[in-house]
Amino acid sequence: MMSKNEGGTRRGKRRNWGRIALGVYCCLVLGFLMMPLLVVFPLSFSSASYLQFPPPGFSLQWYENYLNTPSWIRATIVSIQVGIGTTILATILGTMVAFSLVRGRYPGKTWVDRLVAAPIVVPNIIIAVAIYGLFSDLKLIGEWYGVMIGHTVYAIPFVVLVVAAALRNFDPAQEHAAMGLGASRLRAVCVVTLPQIKPAIISGAFLAFITSFDELIIALFLSGSDMTLPKKMFENIISEIDPTISAVSVLQIALVGLVLVLSQKLGAGVSPIRD
Amino acid sequence: MTAGLGVLELFRRNSSVREHAGPIALSLPTVIFLLVLFAVPVVQLMLLSAQSGTFENYAKAFSDELYVTVLLNTFEIAFFVTVVSFFLAYPLAFFLTVLPPFWRAIGLFCLLMPFWTSILVRTYAWMAILGRRGIVNEALLSMEIIDRPLSLLYNEQAVLLGMVHVLMPYMVFPVFAVMRRVDPNLMQAAYSLGAPGWRAFLRVYFPMTMPGVLAGASLVFILSMGFYITPVLLGGGRVTMIAVLIEQLVTEFLDWDFAGALSLALMTFTLLIYGAFKWLMKSERNLA
Repeated sequence: MMSKNEGGTRRGKRRNWGRIALGVYCCLVLGFLMMPLLVVFPLSFSSASYLQFPPPGFSLQWYENYLNTPSWIRATIVSIQVGIGTTILATILGTMVAFSLVRGRYPGKTWVDRLVAAPIVVPNIIIAVAIYGLFSDLKLIGEWYGVMIGHTVYAIPFVVLVVAAALRNFDPAQEHAAMGLGASRLRAVCVVTLPQIKPAIISGAFLAFITSFDELIIALFLSGSDMTLPKKMFENIISEIDPTISAVSVLQIALVGLVLVLSQKLGAGVSPIRD
Repeated sequence: MTAGLGVLELFRRNSSVREHAGPIALSLPTVIFLLVLFAVPVVQLMLLSAQSGTFENYAKAFSDELYVTVLLNTFEIAFFVTVVSFFLAYPLAFFLTVLPPFWRAIGLFCLLMPFWTSILVRTYAWMAILGRRGIVNEALLSMEIIDRPLSLLYNEQAVLLGMVHVLMPYMVFPVFAVMRRVDPNLMQAAYSLGAPGWRAFLRVYFPMTMPGVLAGASLVFILSMGFYITPVLLGGGRVTMIAVLIEQLVTEFLDWDFAGALSLALMTFTLLIYGAFKWLMKSERNLA
């Protein structure tokens, strides 16, 4: 009895050591994940004129530089424009096809399903080059709406994923009840179904916006000199590492953070992980 | 005539046309949009290489030493990124499941914050950390551990580091989701039947989390193969992956045919890997 008990505590102790080792290891992994953010924030407030860490003093010069450089502001406006356009287009197209996929039973549905999911599986570079080929024939290169169309292709699957999941959890009997009471199908959907899946649609919309706002490869090909923010950042990093980019980075993190908070408050959230 | 009858028969078999009309009409705008702006251009790009009627481009892709090196390099990097991601993500996902709610929320925050930060921002930060005048070099110099800056950037290790940072969360999500569903009593049962901790883990716990690992690994591997930003910026032109080569062929050499051939190769490998993992997952489920 005694020895068995002792064996138990020894094992317990060993398990405790295991837990501590696991904890330390995971804190290091989380530290590795957070490191780039922890570096970018102080760099953006640096008073040094080049990359220097730790920063010698506090200054807002890089933020001022961002605000006073027309090309940075122009790129930001283009990105927001493209992002909003993508959001509207992808949300409408994605929600419609999500309804069709969840509710409909028709021949060829599996193929529609595959077509809609394909832009996630096909590498971005292939999407970008393919659309680039098409758009250079149509003389659409350099137009902001060209980038918007490219981003919409890429964003549709994300909207469908979120909206279809909500539709599957929605009981169509409620819609049938409304129709039984004399509402047309369209009216039943608008008054009964849409308000209930609204959080998912909003989340899908925010997801579409972030997808577009962060996207580089498609924009690299399709936007010309009138470029999006990621393209401008990319060219900036390649040519000269100017600390302005750390200020832009912080602003971008702040904007994406704001969008995430909004989607949590107004929608159903966009977290890829459920606690 | 027979064709007309066939269509009629098809309609009759699927009860009424009107029943399908609504859902089909709803899917049409999206289907047309994606066909015209995505599917057709992608297929066209891939057929470009075959248009010449010969297999010259494919022969070039698989015989020219440069291209073979790039293909192998891409696979090698994707493989290492997947393996390293697993060893970082699996313990982290497990740790997150056993943490009390408050600390779990903090852990998830540290995971999601970088996940939502643009890849470009994170890559730039790695350049600031690893550069010649970067944080690591400055720190080591000031501590007089080294007397000349180390070249930490523009090599394969830097690319691996940057890619693991971007892709590792994609491994954590599915593994964490599966771990949350595992009944903790099963581990207790294994312990009480006398299995030592590691054995209980390997024989009971790990197999049950396998679906999550496979889902995560397939995601990481497939995303790795098409990577562009990290190899360009952290590899500084010295580390070429297939996506970088496709971009160069199109924008610098205007060699669309060959870019098409490489796109086809990348697409084929992506689908093969996707299929292989699907098959693994199925056989996994059949075993269980």
